Amino acid sequence: MQMTGAQALVKSLEHGGVEVIFGLPGGAILPVYDPIIDSSIRHVLVRHEQGAGHMAEGYAHVTGRPGVAMVTSGPGATNIVTPLADAYMDSIPLVCITGQVSSSAIGTDAFQEADITGITMGVTKHNWLITDANEIPRVIAEAFHVATTGRPGPVLVDVPKDVANATMEWYWPEEVDLPGYRPAAAPDPAAVEAAAELISSASRPVIYAGGGILKSRATEALLELAELTSTPVVTTLMARGAFPDSHPLCLGMPGMHGSYGAVTAMQQADLLVALGSRFDDRVTGNLAAFAPGAKVVHVDIDAAEIGKVRRPDVGIVADCRLAIEALSGSLRARGDLRTSRLAPWLEQVARWKEELPYTYDRGAADGTSPATTDRRLPGRPPLLKPQFVLETLRDATPPDTVLVSGVGQHQMWASQFWRFERPYSWVNSGGLGTMGFSVPAAIGAKVGRPEATVWAVDGDGCFQMTAQELVTASVERIPVKIAILNNGYLGMVRQWQHMFYEERYSEVYLSPDLPDYVGWAEAMGCVGMRVETAEEVLPAIEKANQVDDRPVVIDFRTDAMEQVFPMVPAGASNDDIVVHPSQTAALEKARSRS
Amino acid sequence: MTTARRQVPRHHLLSVLVENKAGVLARVSGLFSRRGYNIFSLAVAPTDDEAFSRITIVVDVESAPLEQIIAQLDKLVNVVEISELHPDEAREAELLLVTVAADAAERAQVIQLVGVFGGRILDVSHGEITAMLAGAPGSLDDFEELMRPYGIVELQRTGRVALPRLDVSADRGLRVAEGA
Repeated sequence: MQMTGAQALVKSLEHGGVEVIFGLPGGAILPVYDPIIDSSIRHVLVRHEQGAGHMAEGYAHVTGRPGVAMVTSGPGATNIVTPLADAYMDSIPLVCITGQVSSSAIGTDAFQEADITGITMGVTKHNWLITDANEIPRVIAEAFHVATTGRPGPVLVDVPKDVANATMEWYWPEEVDLPGYRPAAAPDPAAVEAAAELISSASRPVIYAGGGILKSRATEALLELAELTSTPVVTTLMARGAFPDSHPLCLGMPGMHGSYGAVTAMQQADLLVALGSRFDDRVTGNLAAFAPGAKVVHVDIDAAEIGKVRRPDVGIVADCRLAIEALSGSLRARGDLRTSRLAPWLEQVARWKEELPYTYDRGAADGTSPATTDRRLPGRPPLLKPQFVLETLRDATPPDTVLVSGVGQHQMWASQFWRFERPYSWVNSGGLGTMGFSVPAAIGAKVGRPEATVWAVDGDGCFQMTAQELVTASVERIPVKIAILNNGYLGMVRQWQHMFYEERYSEVYLSPDLPDYVGWAEAMGCVGMRVETAEEVLPAIEKANQVDDRPVVIDFRTDAMEQVFPMVPAGASNDDIVVHPSQTAALEKARSRS
Repeated sequence: MTTARRQVPRHHLLSVLVENKAGVLARVSGLFSRRGYNIFSLAVAPTDDEAFSRITIVVDVESAPLEQIIAQLDKLVNVVEISELHPDEAREAELLLVTVAADAAERAQVIQLVGVFGGRILDVSHGEITAMLAGAPGSLDDFEELMRPYGIVELQRTGRVALPRLDVSADRGLRVAEGA
C-alpha cells in the first residue's frame, strides 16, 4: 500500500500500540499532523512543548507504557530537551517525534532549524534522523524497542519535512535488527549464588531498593525476598511505593532528607543489597564515609551502573525481577532463613524507626503557635505547616490516588509524609530535579490512569514554571488536582541559604500574593481555592475531591520558615544527619546506644 | 603534540566496532567528553564490511576505570563490539608527516635519518623536506625528537591503530566486552 511518510509515521505509532500523543504542531511537523485527524490515536494539544514531554513522562510513570510526544523543529524541539533529560535520568520510556526542516535545507541555518539529534545525543538513550521515508516503520519499531527494553529511557526520532511528504510502500517490521543493542535479561547463576551466600550470612542486611524495582515490575518479588529473609528495606525517592510503607520491614526513604532509620540502617549495615538503585550522591552523602562496613550486592540491568560509584562485592547485570526471583529461589533452597541471627538488628532498626520518625511542630498546626508567624509578613494570620496539609491530604484521598510532585521542599515533604502502599502511585522528577514537572506530569498521569484520583503537590516556584498546561487540562477535560504549598519562596534554596549562607537570602523571595493563584486558576478554567487556616484545609480538599469535570487548584498559604528535616548537609557523611530540633534528645539516646 | 618527548602514559587501546552510520563518531566522542574520559588519540576507518567501521581509541585509564569506559561505550546502540588491547599485547602503528627546514648542507643528514627509520621522502624544496614515516608510536616519538634540531615547520600524526600481537597461546590479551 502506497502512502506518505507522514501517514506511515502515524500508522507506525498505531502499530506500536500508542493511544495518546502529547504535542504541539508547527511548520516542519505539519505533514504529520494531517493524518492525525483520521487516526485512532488521541492527541492532547499542549501549550508549551516542555508540557508535552512531562505529560508523556507522567503517562509512562503510571502505566509502564512509553509516553509519546510530538513537536516541531527548532524551538519546538529544543523546548522538549528538559523532559528528555529528565526521562533519561529517571529511566522513563519516552518516544519523542520531532519535525525537521527539509533534507536539502539541513545545515543551512534554515528557519526553525536546530540540530536536535546532536543536541539530544547526551540526554537520550538513542536518537535517529530519518533520511528516507522507507525507513519510517523500521525506525519507529526500533525506537519503541530501545525506549522500552533493557534500562528504559527516552529516544528521539527526527523527521525532515520532505521525508514526511515523500511516498513509500507500507510495511511493518516483525523484528528489529540492532546488532549493537543487547539488553541484559537473566542473571548469571554463579553471581546469584555468591549473592545468596552473602545474604544468608549477613547479620545487619539492608535492601536498598531503587526505581529499577518499578521498571522491572518486581514489587511482588521484592516483597517475597524481604519477607523470606526478614531484611529491612529502604525505598529511594524513585522507588516510593515499590514496597509498602506500612510494612514492618519498610524503613522509607534513604538519603539527604531520608528517615533517620533508613539512613542509619544503611550506615551501619554489614550488607547492602542494591536492587535497581544507583548509589546516587543524594543517597550516599560523602561517598568515602557511606556504609563503611557494608559488603555490597548490586543488581542492575545496566552494566555501567555496577561499580560506577561503589564497587560491589557481587555485581549482577540482569533484569531486577528475574534476579530477585533467582535470589529468592537460591535462598529458599538453603533452608532455614528466619534465624535468630537477625533479631538484634531488626530490634535495633525498629527502635530507630519508632524513636526518630519524621516530625514537625504539630502544636503549631492549628495556627495558634507564634512559631508559625512569618516575620516577613506582619499582620497576616499564622501560616499553615506544609506537613499538616500533606497529612490531611493523604488521609482525605482515596487509596488509589496517584501523587505527583515538583521539585524542592514540597517534594521531600510529600515523599516523607505520604504513605505509599501501592506501586506506580508516585510520580516525581528524581535525578534531574526539574522544577515545573508536576502540573504537566499530573496531566499525563491522569490521561494514563483516568479512573485514579491524581493530586499534584507543587511549590509556588514550580507552579509558575508550567502552570499554563492547566489550560490544556481544562480544554481536554483532564481533572487533575493541584495543591500548591505556597510559602512565597524558592523554599529549598532558601533553606540552604538559611543553613549554609548565614541567612543571606539572595533572590529567593517570590511573594505569596503575586500572582493571585486563585484568579489565575479560574482564568485557566479550573476551580480555584485559597486556604489560610488549619480549619479550612480538610473542607477544601473534600470539595476538590468532588470536582470531576475540571482541574482544581488550591493555594495553601504555608509557613515559609519551615525546613525539611532530617537533613544530611551536602558533602557530609550520613552519620552527621541533622534531625528536627525537637528530636535532639532522642538522637543522643539513639547514638549512645549504638 | 610536538613538545618534548612524550612519556608513555597509562593508556589502553580500545578497538571499537561500530555501525557505519552518520553521527556515530559524534556519539562516541560525545560520550567521552560528557563523562570526563580523556582520549589520547582516535582513528576511524571503514572495515572490509562497509556496514561497519572500526574506531581505535587510546584512552587515559587514569581518568576513569577502563571497565566503566567499556560499559558506557557498550551502551551506545551503534557500538557493536569492543575489544580491549593491553599495550604490551598489541601491535600499534601510527603515521607521521613532517616538514623540516633543511638547507643544502643539512639535506643529506635528514634524508639519512628518514632512511634509518624506514620512512620516505615525499617532497623536497630548496629549504625544506617533507617526509612520511609509519610505525610504532615510540619510534615516531624518537624520529620527531631527531628532526626537532633542524626546525620542524609542520608536523601531523594520525591516531594509532592496533591489532593484537600474534601469540601461540591464541587470543590472550584480547578481551571482547560481552553485550552484558
